[in-house]
Amino acid sequence: MPSCLIVDDSKVVRMVARRILEDLSFGILEAEDGKSALSSCQEKMPDVILLDWNMPVMNGIDFLRTLRGSKEGEQPIVIFCTTENDMAHIREAISAGANEYIMKPFDRAIIEAKFSQVGVL
Amino acid sequence: MNSQDFQLFGDIVRTRSGLVLTEEKIYLLESRLIPLARRRGLDSLEALAAEVRRTKDERLLMEITEAMTTNETFFFRDTRPFDTFRDVVLPQLLKARAAKKSLRIWTAACSTGQEPYSLAMLLKEEAAKMAGWRVEILATDLSNEVLEKAKAGLYSQFEVQRGLPIQLLMKHFQQVGEMWQIDSSIRAMVKFQPRNLLEDFSSIGQFDVVFCRNVLIYFDQATKSQVLNRVYDILAVDGALFLGGAETVLGICDRFKPVEGQRGVYTSAESGLLAAAG
Ligand SMILES: C[S@@+](CC[C@H](N)C(=O)[O-])C[C@H]1O[C@@H](n2cnc3c(N)ncnc32)[C@H](O)[C@@H]1O
Repeated sequence: MPSCLIVDDSKVVRMVARRILEDLSFGILEAEDGKSALSSCQEKMPDVILLDWNMPVMNGIDFLRTLRGSKEGEQPIVIFCTTENDMAHIREAISAGANEYIMKPFDRAIIEAKFSQVGVL
Repeated sequence: MNSQDFQLFGDIVRTRSGLVLTEEKIYLLESRLIPLARRRGLDSLEALAAEVRRTKDERLLMEITEAMTTNETFFFRDTRPFDTFRDVVLPQLLKARAAKKSLRIWTAACSTGQEPYSLAMLLKEEAAKMAGWRVEILATDLSNEVLEKAKAGLYSQFEVQRGLPIQLLMKHFQQVGEMWQIDSSIRAMVKFQPRNLLEDFSSIGQFDVVFCRNVLIYFDQATKSQVLNRVYDILAVDGALFLGGAETVLGICDRFKPVEGQRGVYTSAESGLLAAAG
């Protein structure tokens, strides 16, 4: 079963994403900010990371840069999932190493479309 | 709704679009025609039916027809056909048309434009191989409303997130308020035109590739067969026909044969694209 780490400071968003991704047969891990996401990755690198941008402690873009610079941090597919829905943010995320980008609000159809686009569905 | 009214609406829609409404679709008639009736100041479908019988106004009948068709579509729908187009069909046509350097593509029920624009973006990516080529993408639909939207090339955040890879959004779209607009250079590659598949379309000339996806499913067998036969007549003998995931030519039009190993792609049974290329 492929694993997906959901990184979002909103419990509700994590729950909604978890439901959709569990239906799609992912094993789910959760983190509420970039820092705890990094520890989760150090313990075991997930296959996919669904990543919010604005979070306390460490935001999504700083997490992504640190991850991509770390050992085995190139491996996971990273899909941003954020309310930052303008071109400037999209470009910044992609150049920091994100594979895809979801603009909130998302729904099942969008999650499925994006996950199959990056080849994990 | 009484059965006379159901039959009245069913006939209007079937004769104008080919769409067959079965009794279990009554709820669809209600949910889609009641707003239309209200816009005309009519408070029920009975009143709308009476208006239709009284005026026989063709504009109203077309409006009813358009309201009943399904326009759902998305960029790179089903992915596979677009990969097949790029990796199998296009290279062979580039060889076969090397002398003429011209390619004509028709998307025959283009809805709000995602299908022809997907092809246009894809062709733009392949531009290096196609210097000096003349490529025409004709995109047609029954409904003027969807064509207006297609021409504007303006899509909601939801629409650009279904099927469109983020790299292509970054490359070919501009943000306009809450919406995303596809660049004028891509828009300029597609010519939109109203056209009803039930009517003769022999005047549009010959095409190398036809996308006729997710529209035949709504037709009865006889209509499917008529439309496929007329598509056959305008498709180059070494051209390719792309159908939707739930559509086939099998048992409907045996002048086409499936391209082996490529689901949903068909070619002339006489001299197929793949056969011709060896
Ligand atoms: C479900 S959409 C398919 C869009 C696109 N080809 C795709 O596969 O995503 C079907 C479209 O067929 C159009 N249509 C229905 N009957 C038609 C007819 N008789 N002639 C031309 N277009 C028709 C509708 O207006 C609608 O936009």
